[in-house]
Amino acid sequence: MNCDCKNKNDFSLLEPCLQKYDLVPGSLITILQNAQEIYGYLPVDVILHISQRTGIKVTKIMGVATFYSQFRLEPVGKYLIMLCQGTACHVNGSLQIEKVINEYLGIKDGETTADGLFTLKNVACLGCCSLSPVMMINDDTYGSLTPEKAVSIFKELQEKAGEEE
Amino acid sequence: MKIAVGQGSCGIAAGAQKAYDVLNSILDLSNNYLTVTGCIGMCYLEPIVDVYANDGLHRFVKVNSEIAEKIANAVNVNDLSSVKEYEISDDDKQFLDKQTRIALRHCGVINPEIIEDYISDDGYKALNKVLTTMSPENVIEEIKISGLAGRGGAGFPTWFKWNAARQSQGEEKYLICNADEGDPGAFMDRAVIEGDPHNLIEGMLIGAYAIGAREAIVYVRAEYPLAIRRLQNAIDQSKAKGYIGHNIMGTDFSCDFRIKAGAGAFVCGEETALIESLEGSRGMPRLKPPFPAQSGYWHKPSNINNVETFANVSWIILNGGNAFSSMGTENSKGTKVFALTGKIKRGGLVEIPMGKTLRDVIFDIGGGIKNDKNFKAVQMGGPSGGCIPAELLDTVIDYKALSATGAIMGSGGMVVMDDSTCMVEMARFFLDFTAKESCGKCVHCRLGTKRMLEILTRITEGNGKEEDIELLEELCLAIKDGALCGLGQTAPNPVLTTLKYFKNEYIEHIVEKKCAAHECTNLLRYEINAELCKGCTLCAKKCPVSAISGTVKNPHIIDMEKCIKCGNCVSVCRFNAVEVK
Repeated sequence: MNCDCKNKNDFSLLEPCLQKYDLVPGSLITILQNAQEIYGYLPVDVILHISQRTGIKVTKIMGVATFYSQFRLEPVGKYLIMLCQGTACHVNGSLQIEKVINEYLGIKDGETTADGLFTLKNVACLGCCSLSPVMMINDDTYGSLTPEKAVSIFKELQEKAGEEE
Repeated sequence: MKIAVGQGSCGIAAGAQKAYDVLNSILDLSNNYLTVTGCIGMCYLEPIVDVYANDGLHRFVKVNSEIAEKIANAVNVNDLSSVKEYEISDDDKQFLDKQTRIALRHCGVINPEIIEDYISDDGYKALNKVLTTMSPENVIEEIKISGLAGRGGAGFPTWFKWNAARQSQGEEKYLICNADEGDPGAFMDRAVIEGDPHNLIEGMLIGAYAIGAREAIVYVRAEYPLAIRRLQNAIDQSKAKGYIGHNIMGTDFSCDFRIKAGAGAFVCGEETALIESLEGSRGMPRLKPPFPAQSGYWHKPSNINNVETFANVSWIILNGGNAFSSMGTENSKGTKVFALTGKIKRGGLVEIPMGKTLRDVIFDIGGGIKNDKNFKAVQMGGPSGGCIPAELLDTVIDYKALSATGAIMGSGGMVVMDDSTCMVEMARFFLDFTAKESCGKCVHCRLGTKRMLEILTRITEGNGKEEDIELLEELCLAIKDGALCGLGQTAPNPVLTTLKYFKNEYIEHIVEKKCAAHECTNLLRYEINAELCKGCTLCAKKCPVSAISGTVKNPHIIDMEKCIKCGNCVSVCRFNAVEVK
């Protein structure tokens, strides 16, 4: 999930996936998902490499990569905050959570903090509507958020990241 | 004793894993069996721990680590009386007792990660019955008798689609499950996959047999990692048992099975867009006809149904189509699952026979509105649906009756709203969603939704013009007529229904520049009540733009010219002196 920039130009990491799928028609989305899993996002070099290996035109790959919200063309922070903006979350105050993220972390939708720790992404619905408002950070879901609770979660992650360094 | 912890995504988010870990470390596992189960459906009481004792089921709710410890100790000494206070109340029991569960019948009961659990609860019996005693035509006939209709939203008869795919020429056919549950506010498909994945697999295999497909594909949205993991695990187990693959159960029927993870695009819930996405392209809808039954995935005959539709199939085969059609109304048979959320006391998954009223669901089962506020509207069908007002609460749940209100049955999202929800803002919210999710193929949808969003935005910001309502209505009709797929054709519904039932709110916003729900910040006015203000100066200190003036111990005043309506003064005032108008 997290960007590991050391891997950026190491195409060999993607080779097993390309060998498995390059002859299977209709596998472009699966290949891009694998690539993003490895590199954290879709670097231009990787897209060019996929094009060369599979024979799929770069324009088609870019078309697909920009169509689906899952794909990123820029690296993301260590923690990707997916803030649910679904109906139930909206009705129960997701905008206040967004506001507190804007204020406390200083980032807006799509932006990454200067320390590279957090990226904010507004998403449609995470399907945890009864715990709304909800956010997902990497693979963990946090529900029944209040502005205070959100800040304490960020603080905890900031401390955890500090300890890891 | 058997102890089961409800571990759907929402249970885990509420802390079910912690409860499980505590139980696992304290329970005497030589005498007891600790297991997990899927979403029990009472999301508002998560985490939930079920203890199956000799005298029956004891259900513990809102189990934090401390309560889990107490439960574990009580189980160890075989005496649950000490933890009785943490059991579900009789009042809350009503939430499940008033439901009729078919699609969700195993959810929260079996362990979704163990195939034997499913098999011991009549699992794969329907598949066996179909493969050994029924022809594909018999299966389609039984589904026809049941009256099962597509649960994804449109309500198209399932047998008709199956039959069309069966009748199509060609050896190579595909059966596809649409699990791209994109409607914000809907999560029943996630619950079925996470809680009972084998039921989906069995329903799909029966469908594949009926239409003559040799490959079945589930298109799951990528936002559901746990669902994907459990489904993959179930597929692997099912393969190992010989229920998937060559010569299933020793018969001539062979069928492969795989998952395709979506990549985040709401329009892929539309069946032809989903097919484009399966083929690795941008998910842009195709012109119909030809329908997928004639020319679908790789232009081969394909049949696409929703998760909940398949989840009903094995039950219908085992109990007969007549048992299913005995429930419901004249044109809507069986049960429907709803995801009840928003300003509701008891939120969660509700499965009830068609024909009940909205009031039954929201007040009888859901317990009414949070904090006993006034019910204002219920939003059904997500961005393709509409808002149904209080005066229509006695509308029965039936495809036709709901469509008559301007909303739709939809996939089953029911978002309840109270007086604090502004209906104009709600319409703006949905148009913001559809404008972003429009694939861009049709001009009416691509530009029309954008124009509507601009108009709605200016109304909520206090810059609406009197002719805006007429313009909105005109745009709604043009987009409905001009769009190719369901996304565009239904995108105006949230606007049309709010205009139909809450036109006064639009007029209030435009003419009086007022938002009665206090949601549209630009239209708010903050005033300090001089009688209540003690002159503590706290609000003046906390105001980020120095809009509040006054001296100590004297009432303060807000300068509305400077005020940015951040609301800080309201939250810091200890005397409730700041009034929002």
